[in-house]
Amino acid sequence: MSAASRQKVSSWGRLSDAEHDVVAITSAAAAPEILTRTAPGITRGMERSYGDVALNPGGTLWDTRGLNRFLAFDAETGILTCEPGVLLRDIQATFSRQGWMLAVTPGTSVVTVAGAVANDVHGKNHSTRGTFADHVVSITLVRTDGSQIVCGPTENREWFVATCGGLGLTGLIVEVSLRLKRVPGPWLLAENIAYQSLPEFFSISDDSEAEFEHVVSWIDITTDGGRRGILSRANVTPSPHRPLPRDATVLGGVRGGPTFPVVPPFSLVNKATLPALNRAYYRMQHLSLGSSVVHYKPFFYPLDAIQDWNKAYGPRGFFQHQCVLPRPVGVEAVAEMLGHVRASGQGSFLGVLKTMGDREPIGMLSYPRPGVNLTIDFPNLGESTLALLARLDSVVSQAGGRLYLAKDARMPVPLFQAGYPRWQEFMQYKDPGMSSEMSRRLLGS
Amino acid sequence: MSTSGKSGAGSRAGAGGRSGAGARAGASGSRGNSGVWPTDVVVVGATSAIAEQCTRLWLEGGASTALLIGRSEEGLARIAADLGVRFPAAVVTTSVVDLVSASSISATVEGFAGAGSAGAAAGAGLTVLVAHGAMTEQEVSQASLTAAADVLTVTGVSPSLWIEACADTMTAGTIAVLGSVAGDRGRRKNYIYGAAKALIEAMTEGLQHRLVGSPLRVVLVKPGPTATPMTAALPQKGLAPVAAVAGEIVAGVNAGRPVVYAPLKWKLIMAVVRTIPAPLFNKLDF
Repeated sequence: MSAASRQKVSSWGRLSDAEHDVVAITSAAAAPEILTRTAPGITRGMERSYGDVALNPGGTLWDTRGLNRFLAFDAETGILTCEPGVLLRDIQATFSRQGWMLAVTPGTSVVTVAGAVANDVHGKNHSTRGTFADHVVSITLVRTDGSQIVCGPTENREWFVATCGGLGLTGLIVEVSLRLKRVPGPWLLAENIAYQSLPEFFSISDDSEAEFEHVVSWIDITTDGGRRGILSRANVTPSPHRPLPRDATVLGGVRGGPTFPVVPPFSLVNKATLPALNRAYYRMQHLSLGSSVVHYKPFFYPLDAIQDWNKAYGPRGFFQHQCVLPRPVGVEAVAEMLGHVRASGQGSFLGVLKTMGDREPIGMLSYPRPGVNLTIDFPNLGESTLALLARLDSVVSQAGGRLYLAKDARMPVPLFQAGYPRWQEFMQYKDPGMSSEMSRRLLGS
Repeated sequence: MSTSGKSGAGSRAGAGGRSGAGARAGASGSRGNSGVWPTDVVVVGATSAIAEQCTRLWLEGGASTALLIGRSEEGLARIAADLGVRFPAAVVTTSVVDLVSASSISATVEGFAGAGSAGAAAGAGLTVLVAHGAMTEQEVSQASLTAAADVLTVTGVSPSLWIEACADTMTAGTIAVLGSVAGDRGRRKNYIYGAAKALIEAMTEGLQHRLVGSPLRVVLVKPGPTATPMTAALPQKGLAPVAAVAGEIVAGVNAGRPVVYAPLKWKLIMAVVRTIPAPLFNKLDF
C-alpha cells in the first residue's frame, strides 16, 4: 500500500523534473510507520509552490493528497477539522453553500490545507484578516521518529509558530482545525478601478482598505512612464437568487475548465508578445471597470479557470519573484524594480501589486509583513533571467524586504537570512528527518 | 450485518444554506442532466475512491440518503463522517457486509430494496452503485491460482451477484456497476482482472435484455485508468482525476445510459483496440 514509486515530479515553475520516490500516506494512523521507514523526505501536496520548497530530487516525497476528508464541522463556531490533503477548492465549494468560507485564501484554490499552513499563505485581505495561520486553531504533526505533536495558538505554541510557514519541515501535518468565516453566500460585490501611476495606486489602495475587505491590483510591467494598472476591490454580498456559474454547479465543478493542452517548444510569453499581452489584458479589464456582483471563483481564483496554465512558459519553465518591502521605502523600491524589469524586456502579464496590512505574521518563517508586495513572473531564459532576478534581489535587500519562500527557487542565502531573521530559532523545531531541496539550499540540512 | 446510526447529526444545525433543489436547478445544462438525480443512493464497495466521489456528487446534487456498504467498518465510518460534514441535511448510514457471500448479498439487498424498505419506497429515485473489486496486480494473480481465484471472485462473481440480486428485488430505479475498459479485450498485462470485468459486462447485457421495457435500468460503467490514492504510487501520466471520472459516471448513470465510458475518450480508444486483428494485437506490447 505504501510502496514507493519512482516518478518525475515538477513544481509549478516547471524548472526541473527530477525523479522522486513518491510514497503515499494512506492514513494518519499509518503515518508514523511510513515516516520512520522512508525518511528523510519532504511532503508534497498539489505542487503549486513555484520552486523547490516541496521537492526532494532523488529522495522521498510523501504524498498526502489521498487524505482529503472532512472530519468534523461545528456550525456554531465555524471550526472545521479535516485531513491535510483537503483542497481549499473543496472547502469553498462545500461551505459557501452552508454560509461559510475560508477567512483567508491565496490566488489559487488548488492547494491543500496542509500546504496552505506550511507556506502560511495570504490573500487579498491581509489588512483585515491576516494570514492563513491566523485562522488555524489546531495542527497535529507526526515526526519522523514516530512521535506526535498537537499544537495551536495556545497549546504548544512554539511548535505552532514554527509549523505555520514552516515549509513542511517540522513534521508531517496529519490533521488541521481551522475557523471559517460567516458569509451570506458565494458572491462578492467587486469593483475595478484603473490607475495611471504608482502614487495613484497607493492613494486608491489606501482609501479602499477602509471600506473593502479584498484589495489587489494588476500592474502593467511593460509601460515606461505612467505605471498603469487595474485595482480590484470587493466585499462579500448576499445575492441568493442568482444562478450559479456553470463551473460552480455539481457536475460543472468536477469537469473543470479548459486545460492548457501542450507544452509549447518556447515560452508563449516573450519579448515579442509581452507588450501586446499586457495591452490586451489592460484593455480587457478596462471594459469591466465599475461594480458588479461576481462569484468568488473568478474573483479569488481567475487563473484556476485554465488548468495547467504554467505550461505556457514553455519547456524551460518560469520563475516568480515575489517580495514584500517596508512601506516607507516601498514606493521608490517598486519603481526601481519595475525600471529594471522594463529595461530587461522580460516579465509576463501577471504582475501583481498590493499593500500588506500593518501586522506581523504568526510563523517564524511566514512571508507576510507590513509594506508593499510586488509579484512578477519571468519565463526562464537562463543567465539573463538570473541576472535580472539578482538585480531585483539587490533592491529588495537594500530596502530591507524579503522574498516569498513558496515562490522561490534560487534566492541567495544572505538575502534569506536577512529577510527571515528567526531562521536560527526555527532550526530547533526542524525535524532532522525532514529535508527538501530548499531546506538544504537555505538552511543547510 | 451491522448497521450503524445516522452520522453527521452534530452538524445538522448548519443545514440552512443548502438546497438540493437549488443545486439541481443550477446544474441544468451540463451534459447528462437530462437524467434524474436519485433521492436515495446505495453504494456497495463504498470505500473505493471512485465510489466515494460518486456518493459525494449524488448527495451534492440532491440525494437525501446514502447507504454505504463495505468490508471495513473504520473506512466506512471515515467516509460517513466526511459526508456528514459536507451534507448536514443528508442521512448517511453504513453497513459492514461480507461482499462475496451469496446469502449475505441476498439478505442485504432484501434489506435496502425489498418490500417495505426505504429503497422500495424511493421507487425510481433509488440508485444502486456496485463498485468493489480487487486491486491485485497481474504478476501476483498470475503467480498463484489462489490469488487469481480471489480476483475473479471479488472483482467478477461478487459484483455480478449483487446486480443479479438487485434486479430480482428492485422494481424501479437504477442499478449501476463498475466494469472497466480492461474488460473490453484481454491483454497480458491485466487479463485476470479484465476477465472478471468482462463477466460483469455479459451480466449487464443480459440484465438489460431481461429488463427491457421495465422501469428498472441497468448501467455498465467502464472507467479508464484513474488517479486515486491506490494509484498515487504509479506513474501519473494518462491517469484521469478521480473527481472528473466520477462526474462522468454520475451524469451517465443519472441519464440511464446502458454503457458509460469515463472519460468518454475511452469509448473511441477501446473501439479501436477491439478491432485490431489478433495476429497483430498479440505482437503489440501494451
